Amino acid sequence: MVNAIEVSDISKQFVLRHTRSIKEAVVWLVKGRKGDLSEKFHALKNVTVEIKTGETVALLGLNGSGKSTLLKHISGVMLPDTGSVKTRGRVAGLIEVGAGFHPDLSGRDNVFLNGAILGMTEQQVKDRFDDIVEFSEIGQFIDTEVKFYSSGMYLRLAFSVAVHTDPEVFLIDEILAVGDEPFQRKCIDKIQELARDGKTLVVVSHDLDLVSRICERGILLEHGNVKFDGSIHEAVALLRS
Amino acid sequence: MSAISPSELTTPGLGSGLRDIKQSSFLLKLLVRKELKVRYRGSVLGLLWSYVKPGVQFVVFYVALGVFLGLERSPRNPDGLANYAVYLFSGIVLINFFSEALGNAARSIVNNGNLIKKIYLPRELFPVASVWVSAVHFFPQLVVLVAGCVIAGWKPNFVQLLAAVAGFLIVGLLATGLGLLFGAANVYFRDSENLVDMLLMVATWASPVMYAWTMVHEKLGPGWFAIYQANPITIGVELFHYAFWFPTTDGSAAMPPDLFSLWLPVGLAVALAVVTLGQFTFRRLEGRFAQEL
Ligand SMILES: Nc1ncnc2c1ncn2[C@@H]1O[C@H](COP(=O)(O)OP(=O)(O)OP(=O)(O)O)[C@@H](O)[C@H]1O
Ligand SMILES: [Mg+2]
Repeated sequence: MVNAIEVSDISKQFVLRHTRSIKEAVVWLVKGRKGDLSEKFHALKNVTVEIKTGETVALLGLNGSGKSTLLKHISGVMLPDTGSVKTRGRVAGLIEVGAGFHPDLSGRDNVFLNGAILGMTEQQVKDRFDDIVEFSEIGQFIDTEVKFYSSGMYLRLAFSVAVHTDPEVFLIDEILAVGDEPFQRKCIDKIQELARDGKTLVVVSHDLDLVSRICERGILLEHGNVKFDGSIHEAVALLRS
Repeated sequence: MSAISPSELTTPGLGSGLRDIKQSSFLLKLLVRKELKVRYRGSVLGLLWSYVKPGVQFVVFYVALGVFLGLERSPRNPDGLANYAVYLFSGIVLINFFSEALGNAARSIVNNGNLIKKIYLPRELFPVASVWVSAVHFFPQLVVLVAGCVIAGWKPNFVQLLAAVAGFLIVGLLATGLGLLFGAANVYFRDSENLVDMLLMVATWASPVMYAWTMVHEKLGPGWFAIYQANPITIGVELFHYAFWFPTTDGSAAMPPDLFSLWLPVGLAVALAVVTLGQFTFRRLEGRFAQEL
């Protein structure tokens, strides 16, 4: 099997304190660039991860350990300071429920907008529109402005659009928590179906039972370092200990 | 986004600048449509506001400048400009287009921060969409302008119509280039929004919208006048005067010398240079958008 994702030795530093005014920047320049303009810390440090096509991987770790940051590097939203990230095929990220949804637009308009944002062509959205609405079970609310949706409905539509973009690599960050029980089960079924079809999945979730069910491999992050990389059961056990 | 063949490894997050826009034309269309829908949501007059606002602006300027300050030609004021109303309005619509395009493009990255932070897409789309939206708003104003011209006896020839297209193109390119530049800078320094507002105020008066270019020529002398004249907005406005105002007059008014042979190419070149600079800066800065927003 070939690699779908190759993360080679990437590091990423963020600033702890932001300087936002020209004045401070000028003062800093005039003083001969002494010191750092802002304090920094490593959100990711020398992270190397290779994920094969068709693997199902869970990213685990405590709050602030760098899971979302790693996903953003894989999706291309962020670029690493050092090291390199490579992916094969189209990557779709569900980084947050309904990013790219506009509250003042109807569900219908948002399906088109979000589909295009995730890289679908006009024809693809049209062809899959009915499937998307059916899967989301939004029904008659499709022409309602999404600001009037409940958070579960929001998630349903967003998730539904994302799975219908048919990506090779699918990134999911903490999104399943909002749906009700039946819809969650439906999402999990869909995710497992994608996995069976040979899609690559990277899932971030704090629901350890859920990820043990859908993923085979677990990667444990701690303060931006990879602490463990192996079977999901060992990873979960390590995190729980 | 481009179709990536599944067989090769690629580095995510590296776009190819404005060239990506062509592949994302569907998304661009939806972004423009979204902007138009959201802007007029819940307003009774809707797109009609695009007629009302410049209409009022025009009346105010016409009365204050044309009548009170005496720029309109009349029996008592033979040195004034003939058909000052058309003169004024043809400049105003172009400046309005520029102001709206640049003002919104400069804010577009920060305003779409939520999306840019979470999903990768060609970010140039946002400033470009802003310019498109302004072009849509420009259209009704153009209709009003043409109606006014026809009433004033407008008979343009082909070259004059071409001048209008060139003027619009120059100003549109300039707005795109500056929009990329300030839109990207705005992520790091929100001060740049205010800088743009100031720039726009100056732009209105730094080109012959309200007054005639001859007044500047008399005061500045040829050297400084050349600098004044190299401003792409000035060139755009003069091209608009030539297209809309000049054919309504008796043709005795003087047009700036070398408008076609020299200044049109200069305006286009400056605008293209600004687009290149804007694109270059944008690409240098966009790698850190997601973490700074
Ligand atoms: N744009 C940014 N600027 C500065 N610091 C950031 C930025 N984005 C993330 N961080 C910091 O990086 C660290 C890792 O954040 P990240 O969002 O990756 O955590 P996470 O593992 O997803 O946590 P959670 O489980 O809470 O979602 C945190 O300390 C966070 O404050
Ligand atoms: Mg997170």
